[in-house]
Amino acid sequence: MHELGIVKHVIKTLHDVALENNVRRIGSVTLEVGEVSGVVLDQLVDCWNYFREKDELVKGAPLFVERVPAVTFCTTCEKEYPTVAHGKTCPHCGSTETYLLRGNEFSIKQIEAEVNEDA
Amino acid sequence: MIKVIELKRTVTDSNDRDAERLRRELKDRGIFLLNLMSAPGSGKTTLLSRTITDLAGKARIGVMEADIASDVDALRINALGAESIQVHTDGMCHMDAGMTRSGLEGLGSDSEIVFLENIGNLICPAEFDTGAHRNVMILSLPEGDDKPLKYPLMFQKCDALIITKMDAASYFNFDLQAVKERVRALSNTIRIFPLSAKSGEGMAEWESWLLTEWENHKNA
Repeated sequence: MHELGIVKHVIKTLHDVALENNVRRIGSVTLEVGEVSGVVLDQLVDCWNYFREKDELVKGAPLFVERVPAVTFCTTCEKEYPTVAHGKTCPHCGSTETYLLRGNEFSIKQIEAEVNEDA
Repeated sequence: MIKVIELKRTVTDSNDRDAERLRRELKDRGIFLLNLMSAPGSGKTTLLSRTITDLAGKARIGVMEADIASDVDALRINALGAESIQVHTDGMCHMDAGMTRSGLEGLGSDSEIVFLENIGNLICPAEFDTGAHRNVMILSLPEGDDKPLKYPLMFQKCDALIITKMDAASYFNFDLQAVKERVRALSNTIRIFPLSAKSGEGMAEWESWLLTEWENHKNA
């Protein structure tokens, strides 16, 4: 269960963020998840809903997910193409000298937070 | 007061920082850490046993066995006189930098080269930095030559790929050339070592790479 471990890492990172920003409680969390990041969204949300209740900082906070489509860049013809449909081989010129431009993201985009005012 | 905080921080951010810190500390302590990843049953412990025996007198090798449960692998390594420790991940599918750090605390200060035998799994261990100086993947011949197509990230993350159980080649339709081409398409820098820890074929090339990388690490 890969997503379980990921949720634990998300919460750990959120605790770091809370400390740095004097956050008392987190109201919502928005993640950015790339199309080829290998995360199963349904499972991720299930794990989140389970774990958030065990952690005072994120208790009850909904998880929002923004999907990022995967795009690959070809260094031979310098064009972009959708990764999922064509993989590592450029559909324009057939070259395999390509790299993933975006779509591997798995980041915490933003949070809504209750901040201590006496800081 | 409620406010929106823009973060743009990767989920593994706190782990990445822990890993970078651990990597530096280990170098200062004179430890060269290799993260060994593979599917279950690929022959990791057999390969390590042979490597420990072959390099006796050249390097003191320690092993950290990460498993969900049991200590059978650690006992096999202990029987060779090498330092070994068993780490349990309590059901987690990979080792992260924090778990690696606490595991290493249980290992004495004798070892110069330490292998982390990661959980047998080709997906999550590739995504979490353990703080190791090199990443090595083992693919055993019976698993088939299509593994690079199914688990691309693992092959992109590794510095070396060891193909084990080559002595069984005549029993399987395993196309070594095809594997090499598929792996090359994913990484231009990865080194590939086909070998058999049972017959000893190919072991010298892998061991010589290991010793060279250890030297490079010490001088880096």
